[in-house]
Amino acid sequence: MNIKPTRLRMCGNWVLERFPLAKVWNEHMAHYYAPKNFNFWYFFGSLALLVLVNQFITGILLTMNYKPDAKLAFDSVEYIMRDVNWGWLVRYMHSTGASAFFIVVYLHMFRGLLYGSFKHPRELVWIFGMLLFVALMAEAFMGYLLPWGQMSYWGAQVIISLFSAIPVIGDDLSLWIRGDYVVSDATLNRFFAFHVIAVPLALVLLVFMHIVALHEVGSNNPDGVDIKKSKDPWGHPTDGIPFHPYYTVKDVVGVAVFLIFFATVIFYMPEMGGYFLEHANFIPADPMKTPEHIAPVWYFTPFYSILRAIPDKFAGVIGMGGAIVVLFLLPWLDRGQVKSIRYRGGIYKKALMLFVISFIALGYLGTQPVTPVATIMARIFTAVYFGFFLLMPIYTRWERFKPVPNHITMQPTLEERIPEMKAVIDELTLVTEGENTKRGFNPTGAKNILIRTAKNLKESLD
Amino acid sequence: MKKLLSLLLFTLSFNVFASGAVELQNADIDLTDKMSLQRGAKHFVTYCLGCHSAKQIRYLRIANDLGIDEKHVLADIAPEGAGIYDQLHTAMNKHDAEKWFGTQPPDLSLIARSRGADWLYSYLKGFYTDKSRPFGVNNVIFEDVGMPNPLWQLQGEQKPVFEMDGDKKVLEKLIKGSEGTMTEKEFDTVVNDLVNFLVYVGEPVQLERQQMGKYVLFFLFIFLVISYLLKKEYWKDVH
Repeated sequence: MNIKPTRLRMCGNWVLERFPLAKVWNEHMAHYYAPKNFNFWYFFGSLALLVLVNQFITGILLTMNYKPDAKLAFDSVEYIMRDVNWGWLVRYMHSTGASAFFIVVYLHMFRGLLYGSFKHPRELVWIFGMLLFVALMAEAFMGYLLPWGQMSYWGAQVIISLFSAIPVIGDDLSLWIRGDYVVSDATLNRFFAFHVIAVPLALVLLVFMHIVALHEVGSNNPDGVDIKKSKDPWGHPTDGIPFHPYYTVKDVVGVAVFLIFFATVIFYMPEMGGYFLEHANFIPADPMKTPEHIAPVWYFTPFYSILRAIPDKFAGVIGMGGAIVVLFLLPWLDRGQVKSIRYRGGIYKKALMLFVISFIALGYLGTQPVTPVATIMARIFTAVYFGFFLLMPIYTRWERFKPVPNHITMQPTLEERIPEMKAVIDELTLVTEGENTKRGFNPTGAKNILIRTAKNLKESLD
Repeated sequence: MKKLLSLLLFTLSFNVFASGAVELQNADIDLTDKMSLQRGAKHFVTYCLGCHSAKQIRYLRIANDLGIDEKHVLADIAPEGAGIYDQLHTAMNKHDAEKWFGTQPPDLSLIARSRGADWLYSYLKGFYTDKSRPFGVNNVIFEDVGMPNPLWQLQGEQKPVFEMDGDKKVLEKLIKGSEGTMTEKEFDTVVNDLVNFLVYVGEPVQLERQQMGKYVLFFLFIFLVISYLLKKEYWKDVH
């Protein structure tokens, strides 16, 4: 009876002698030491990988019934939604996954801005990440044409026509991209090829390089402290823990929370009020009928807003491209000596806050029709957006830093903060009337909490 | 900080400018009301299918989802000669449509998803007499629509009352012109059933989807608890 496991082990050894599976596993998982103080913001890297896998699996299933043909595409999507077994689920997982991908990636990038993850020695990690972001945008843009609805069609028409704003070669370039004088069957076919094969390959390759580059220099952390500086006698960082099993089990919790949100959208609001699936995209593409209001999907709207804010078309295209290019330059724009926002000066915190406000405001404006007031607002926020990056070399030089500790600091966990949160809730809901107390809204408590929060915010910004 | 706040308020304020269209009436959508959906299906075939198709759905699917016998669907709902596996094709061919209406009337399979239930409800109730239009009617929601009012016999005629706003004529309200075969309440029910059916046709799977969601979320909450306990166990010795 003991023969079987031995044989199995022998087979395993046969493979391991010829393929460095254990070595790779140890290098990147079991013996990869990550700082032990990762917080909420550090879930989004692994979640991005999860969404990528979701897009691959559902995408492959969709191609089995989708027809990349201008005459058949729209109906084939509805065929998937109605006649293919579980087709609706697969399609909603893919369409919701697209939006989820951008939510996760935007939060992942914001983490970088918070804790200076793009700074030395992780510049290349950031560059690969930015290339991933660009590839992801290309993937999303080309994928959005495939359902062949009105918004798919006219969105692609508008964006491709932007290339024609480039002097001299513009018209020929946009013609070359479309393969026709308007978006047509030829465009649909090539976008399908790019969406299904070319860009996914690039994405996988870039994810690989992003992770390899990260594991070469090691992960940053919310304190921005280099954990390799202090090591135990065995050569492991004292502030680090092996990625597997500690962060694998922790990320599974993140995955569970993410899936709860993801499933809620899929099963109860797959259109997300017209933001994830636009209403006009339920009308088949009609080259003869331009919709009144062409808006890209929400994740492109900040950049679309910048494009519309600039009066000249070519300058607008440059502005839109520039908004992404400045992100690449971030490691060299930031002259601050300290990585984490915890120890940075008030000026960077204020700048970052303004940047976040302008990014969200631009995103909102991009979904709205153009009005004179909206255009002025978009111009102001575009200026703030670029100001954050282009003035960075100046304002980060004046920063006054707080002293950075030698070791990472452990923040209280969610569970440890329960008594504290309970105290706040009590303050808000306990009303004292003479001798007895009862539940109800307590205005003085609410006022005190607001004043305290405002004070804390002001203190941290100075 | 003050500047920032006023900027934010400013951003919110021009949302008001964007809207300003006619106010829509609320449709009462209930996809669990099988009787309403069955009546809606019948009305759809009677009043809409003459010109509009709903080619993304089959009679068989309607029979299964609305709990009607297949034979019943063919006898009571489907037009003469339709088969149970057929999609809801219109009787009017493309050539005639272009001759009569200038264009082929749109397929209505997804109209509830592109326009919304309230829009459809208000649209179907919003026809009024306008002699300048080719079919003698105009619409409150969809100005200069190229479609006659298919329900006029039921509803009767509605006459517009205009108000002068500067030198522009603005529609103020609709008043009853002639009586239809139905009371207003009966007519509202017919339109509501029709819209209810169109919402169902837009996404036949939606009830099933919502029912399934409960179980998926229940599973995920259990999964969250277990994974959290597992994480806590592993992290016991990390300080």
